[in-house]
Amino acid sequence: MPYKWDFSLVVNYAHFWVKGLAVTLAYSAGTVLGGLIIGVICGMLLLYRRRWVTLPIHFYVELFRCTPLLVQIVWFYFALPIVLQVELPAWFAAGIGLTLYMGAFSTEIFRGGIISIDKGQWQASRALGMTGGEMMRHIILPQAIKRMVPPFVNQSIIQLKNTSLLYVVAIPDLMYTGSIIVSDTFRPLEVYTSVAIAYFVVLYPLTLWAARLEARVDQ
Amino acid sequence: MTNDVMVRVEGLRKSYGAVEAVRGVSLDVRRGQAVVIIGPSGCGKSTFLRCINLLEEPSAGTLQVGERSIDFGKRHTMPRGRDLARFRARIGMVFQQFDLFPHMTALRNVMSGPVIVKKMPTAQAEAIARDLLAKVGLGAFTERYPRELSGGQQQRVAIARAMAMEPQLMLFDEVTSALDPELVGEVLDVMKQLAAEGTTMIVVTHEMNFARDVADHVVVMDGGQVVEHGAAEEVLLQPKNPRTQAFLSRFHGSIAART
Repeated sequence: MPYKWDFSLVVNYAHFWVKGLAVTLAYSAGTVLGGLIIGVICGMLLLYRRRWVTLPIHFYVELFRCTPLLVQIVWFYFALPIVLQVELPAWFAAGIGLTLYMGAFSTEIFRGGIISIDKGQWQASRALGMTGGEMMRHIILPQAIKRMVPPFVNQSIIQLKNTSLLYVVAIPDLMYTGSIIVSDTFRPLEVYTSVAIAYFVVLYPLTLWAARLEARVDQ
Repeated sequence: MTNDVMVRVEGLRKSYGAVEAVRGVSLDVRRGQAVVIIGPSGCGKSTFLRCINLLEEPSAGTLQVGERSIDFGKRHTMPRGRDLARFRARIGMVFQQFDLFPHMTALRNVMSGPVIVKKMPTAQAEAIARDLLAKVGLGAFTERYPRELSGGQQQRVAIARAMAMEPQLMLFDEVTSALDPELVGEVLDVMKQLAAEGTTMIVVTHEMNFARDVADHVVVMDGGQVVEHGAAEEVLLQPKNPRTQAFLSRFHGSIAART
């Protein structure tokens, strides 16, 4: 007997879905923003070629790039409060891993954007008598930011998908909401299909936008 | 006469690790003088030029530009930070690859020094920039971006950009080497005009006819050292040093006597 698809059950949980989507979007926005701030700060610091500054940052970036995000989320959720001996609110502990993960990639994007600016721009700015700050603000950053935007948008899209891993620490995001509804309805096929569709509907316009941004920068 | 000296360099050295690119160069440039440095590729002439505005930090020697003198034997006289920026602001430099700011129009490029470094009001900087662009023959191109200009035009904008800071001294680092041959003349013409107006300049170039026509003094470098220097006519047409002779023989016939 062929499987009979029935999405009516899924629709009955509309307000759950909306809540789940809101949590997913909130974590995405929060961790992307947090990661961006970390990336700008660490990326700037990397320009100071002092080993005692750059070494810890490189260590941080590589640590987060070379361990699975799922492990990071679980570690920050369960282990960090014990290591620090403090009570961290669950929603906060769950977000730290995601934020630091985004921060590691943002650092690389920021640094890459800055060092992609031609050496001639730096020497011409210096020859005119600009200080380091003036050069950064007026010459280097305006050019570099244009180049950073497309990879940053791409990383943000990946980040939005990565929030689904919050599922393992029971944060009621889209994915976790789905699993709750499954246990209620025993309709995993319809529910997880709906989860996939929800992610797609949010992300597809974003990828189109990213592609357009990239085309504009390439001009 | 000493207050007439704009640049005095003594025993300047620059090494990169074990390689010494500049090996004890001394040079005096008087106010209003045009000095041309020639020599084979890799002879250290560009490095020497970049030492004068401290884009490269010399390893040893002394450097005096205007009132400011620096002894590289004593590290504490090497300017840093804002002080270094101020030192450079008084020296204009034009590069082989133009290095205009691509996100700014020609006008904004020329205004960048006065506005960003000198904090000059925009209107005043704009007036200066328009005058300078007109002077280099680009009065109609003020709103063009660098990518919309030919190499020769870009280089003339770069000269105007450096001049906008009203520098005491202009440095030209092989400014025509990246240009198509038919565009070289327009850039050299602007430089000739600046020299005729009494701009103090040090020019690193392979343009021997320019050297002959414009230089008050020609310096020949080889292997990081000055091998010969003197009046243009003398050095270019009757070189005494065998290394100068060997170098100039490659340009044989292209340097005509000044008439």
